[in-house]
Parts: sequence; structure tokens; C-alpha cells
Amino acid sequence: MPRPRVRAPALARDDAGMAHKDVLGRAGEDRAARYFEAQGFTVLARNWRCRDGEIDLVVADRSAVVVVEVKTRRDEGFGHPFEAIDARKRGRLWRLSIAWASAHRELVQGRRLRIDAVGLIGADPRTARLEHLVDVEVP
Amino acid sequence: MKVARTWAVALVGAEGECVEVEADLSNQQPDFRIIGLPDKALGESVQRVHNACANTGTPLTRRRLTVNLSPASLPKQGSGFDVAIAVASLATETSMDAASVASAVHIGELGLDGRLRPVPGVLPAVVAARRAGHRRVVVPHANGPEASLVDGVEVLAAVNLAQVIAWHGGDVEVTDDEPVALADDEEAPEPSLDLAEVIGQRDAVEALVVAAAGGHHLLMCGPPGAGKTMLARRLPGILPELDDRAALAAASIRSLAGSRVVELSRTPPFVAPHHSASVAALVGGGSRVVRPGAIARASEGVLFLDEAGEFAASALDALRQPLESGAITIDRAGAHAEYPARFQLVLATNPCPCGDYGIRGGTCTCPPAAIRRYLGRLSGPLLDRMDIELTLTRVAVAQRGAGPTVSTESARAQVADARARASHRLAETPWKVNADVPGTWLREGPAAPSPVVRRPLDAALHRGALTLRAYDRVLRVAWSLADIEGRAQLGAEHVGRALYLKKGIAL
Repeated sequence: MPRPRVRAPALARDDAGMAHKDVLGRAGEDRAARYFEAQGFTVLARNWRCRDGEIDLVVADRSAVVVVEVKTRRDEGFGHPFEAIDARKRGRLWRLSIAWASAHRELVQGRRLRIDAVGLIGADPRTARLEHLVDVEVP
Repeated sequence: MKVARTWAVALVGAEGECVEVEADLSNQQPDFRIIGLPDKALGESVQRVHNACANTGTPLTRRRLTVNLSPASLPKQGSGFDVAIAVASLATETSMDAASVASAVHIGELGLDGRLRPVPGVLPAVVAARRAGHRRVVVPHANGPEASLVDGVEVLAAVNLAQVIAWHGGDVEVTDDEPVALADDEEAPEPSLDLAEVIGQRDAVEALVVAAAGGHHLLMCGPPGAGKTMLARRLPGILPELDDRAALAAASIRSLAGSRVVELSRTPPFVAPHHSASVAALVGGGSRVVRPGAIARASEGVLFLDEAGEFAASALDALRQPLESGAITIDRAGAHAEYPARFQLVLATNPCPCGDYGIRGGTCTCPPAAIRRYLGRLSGPLLDRMDIELTLTRVAVAQRGAGPTVSTESARAQVADARARASHRLAETPWKVNADVPGTWLREGPAAPSPVVRRPLDAALHRGALTLRAYDRVLRVAWSLADIEGRAQLGAEHVGRALYLKKGIAL
């Protein structure tokens, strides 16, 4: 069912014209990338876009290519970050992952493709609590 | 801990079955689902448990929780699983004594504020838990007295979920909440009815005592105002008090029917459904949730059908099978329930729609077809199952001042004596009252009557006036008469009197 279009309210922006929510999201993605690098992964792509949407982060180790969805929240007032990754979003993530994999066949090379989710809760993403879901199930 | 287990009870008819509630925590997006054939009320438990846990200060995990109710193929109904689901779910993450959680049975519904709400059927559920070997039970505060009626079980009557978690050794702040009370439906105590208030009708009172002594089914036929209803209402008063097993069975059925149960009532139940009752209202039923009917509620007591001729013939005939077997099995597409039906049936009817047919001094104005149709409601097979058929007449003016007949107190003593004699005679057998004894034992057992005593019965059987079932029923009533008189042997006078009570046949 198509979602009704709702005009978004004006967003608070910083001096460079970037919305605050995007600054927070970008900082969260930086934190997640460092987290994966610390675990021995290499970052293959960041903010890869195609017609269907955007992938936050693609990392890989010897056995797996991991498409990562990063969700950052200042607090849990609007619910846990993982609650925002609903069935619709997981379905889209999977389509995006396939699209990325077919565009970068040489990078995948027989490794398993999986989707992880990283949730960050805290005002400052550099120190926020990090939660990591391995191999999110796709409906 | 990834998987936590605890227990709940699913009710199938009057029997409970222990259900293992297991909760699994998997590292996935937040989700909470219940599997194992829950009905709508149980499925909505997801929301109640979620909010109740949050409001108790121990929110559920932000990962995927799967709660399985095992055996998974047994359909489960109602909101009584909430507490077990909440405790199992919390035990996957919160520190609680796993052994304590896994050994306890939890019964109760949760409010959104975390308080425990009373549910029907706690007594049979606790009995089932006890029978399955469980010793620790958590029930809602208002159901505490009911659960305590079962011996050998440690009962926690909890006000809120926090108390339950603390009981299992969890670290949680226990708040002082107002307990959720039962709906205040306390019945006014039955006014004590004394048999001495019945004027005249000596024969009828005597027959009532015989019926009480042997647990016999009774049919009363008489004109309006003869005192049929008055007599029937005084029957529970002269019956002996219920023993532990019977009192527990009666209280279980009351609990299932949603009545308030705080103590074991020793008075035999008296159920008098209106004559508009349907088959399902009498025997029990329902489309998905099977509920006990009037005969289950009258179990261990008296089922009184006033104006029996006005009941639907199908409703009356539905009584035939439970009358013989002492239990009723109800089958539905999704459920199969068995209820006890060990009741004593008392039917009262007028002889015809106007009530004056065959009454001395009365003039019946009914057309013959109406009379036939009226008594035709009482089918032959049903009448064959009645032990005593009593014809009442109007009380004559002369009898009005004749003084009281038998008081309830003396009648009850008579009944108790007779029952004691019967149980002494039946000591080596599994039966307690004359009505339970099978025909073979009556005819060929150690106390079988001599051929001389049996002769009037045999004659009636040969004439075709009695069926073999009625033959046995007459023998049972004869034994009750002998018990009341204090005789150890059946005499011809007892058989003769019993035959008169059954068929109106005088020798």
C-alpha cells in the first residue's frame, strides 16, 4: 500500500546547511565504520546509492560481505533504533544488497552476503551505546 | 539465559492440563510472538504483557522473543496465561532463580498497570497442577482463598507482577498496589426452608425422604398449588453434607462457571433452570469455548426442572445419556470437554395445561389432544429413568390444621441413618448410595432378594408393565425403603411399596 505523502516540517540546520538529523546520522555511520574496522573488517563502500535507496555501509572480512544498516537515536523516546528496522525496511535492504552485489561482483567473490544492523543510542555518537545485530532475518 | 521455562494450566472442560510456557530470546529485531494455538484473548496477551512489564519497571528485551505453549497442538483459551508468559519472557534476561521459575505454575491475567486480575477456573487449574506434581502456584490476589482450598500447594496470591518477580528472587521494586477484587456477586444466603412448612402431603414427604436416602430421581405430577416446587426446594436441606471430593468437584464447576469461590460449600447445589432452557444451556456447550451447563452445575446436588412439560422435548431427552453415565462429554470442532453430571433429577409437572386433569373436584377444560401433547414431552425413555413417580393431590381443608409433619432436621437424620446403612452394606463395593448400584449386583449379588420377595416384580416384568431397567430401579428404591426402616434384608413390603412409588401399582 503506498504511503500517503506528508509534507515534512522544516528541519533545523547547521551553518553549512546540513540538517541536524543528517549530521547525527553521519556521525553514527563513522562510529559504526570504526567499530567494524576494529573487528578486522575492511570498509568496501559508504553511502552507496542507487534508484531504490541508499546503503549506509558495506564491510567485508575473509568469509562474508556485510551490508550494514546504522540507526542512531539521541534517546529511546521514540523507541529503540532496531524497532525502526521493520519488515518493509528489511525487504528493501535485501533488494539493495542484491543490487550492490551485482554491481560489484569482483568484490563479493564467493563470500557470503549478509545484513547486519547497528543501533546507537546517545546524544554523541562517538560515545553512544552501540548494539550490533548479526545476520538480520529477511522476511 | 536464552531459553526460560515455566508452567501454566489450560482448562479442557472441568479438567486442567499443565502447559509448559517456554520463552526464547534470539538476537534479532524487537518482536514478540506467541505460538501454540492461542485464541484471540490469549493472542492479545502480547500487548498486555508488554505494557505490564514496562509499567512494573522491567521492560521486555529489545530483541525477538518467541513464546511457545507446549503441548503445541492443544488449543488454549483465555487470558489466564498472561502471568506465565510475562515471567518466562522476563526470565530470559532478568536475573531470577531459574529453578524457582521452572517449578512454579502461574495463573492469572495481567492489567496494563502490572496488577494481576482474577480469572475463572482457578480451583480446577490448581487441582490439575497439584495432580501433575507441582507444589508452588502463583494466582491473582482475589483468587487466593480459592487456590488455598487445595491441600499441599504453596500459594502466592500476588497483587502485581513485581511481587511475582521478587518471589522468584528477581531484583525489582515492589510497589503497594490496591489488589484487583473479584466482581462482587456474592449470592444472598438461601433462606432456610424447613420441611415442616409442607402441610399435608404425607405420602409426598415420605417419598422425598426415600429419594434423598437413595439418591433417586423423582417425578412429581400434580395440580397447581399442591406443593411440588415447595417440596423440591426442601430436598437439598435433607441431603447429607458433601464429602471433600464432592465439595471440591462442585466448587470447581462453580469456579469454571465464573462464580465467586472462597470456601468449600458443603451444601449440595440446587439448580433450577427456567423451562425456556436450550439443550446447550442444560448440557453445556458453546461454539468455541465450551462452558458447563445446568447439569454440570447441579453435579453432586439436585437438578430441578419445574414445569417439565413446558421444556423442549429435545432438551429433556438430552438428559437421558448423562442420567445413565453420570458424566457429559461435549464435542465441538475445536474442543472436547468432559464435565461431571452426577446429579439427582427432580421433575415437576402438571397433569395437563390447565392442571386439573384427573384431579378430584377439578374440572379439566383442555382438549384431549392438548393433554396428550403436554405429557408427551416427557418421553418414555426419560420416564423409564425416573425411580419414583409421585402423584400429588390438592391438600384437603381438613389437613390444614393437622399440625406439622416431618421437620427437616428429623428427615435429615433419617436420611443420614439410611445412607450409613447402605454404605455399610456396600462397603466391599465401589458404590456409596443405592442409586449407583448396578442391576446385576442387585439381582445376583450377595444381597439379592429371595424369589418370594421378587415375585411381584417378576410378575410385572412378565406382564410387560416394567422394563428390565425399571425392574432394577424398583429394586434400588426398595433397598432405600429397607434402609430407612433399618432392615438388613429386603422384604416383600419394600418391593411392593417401591413398585407403587414407581408405577402407582398397588398390590
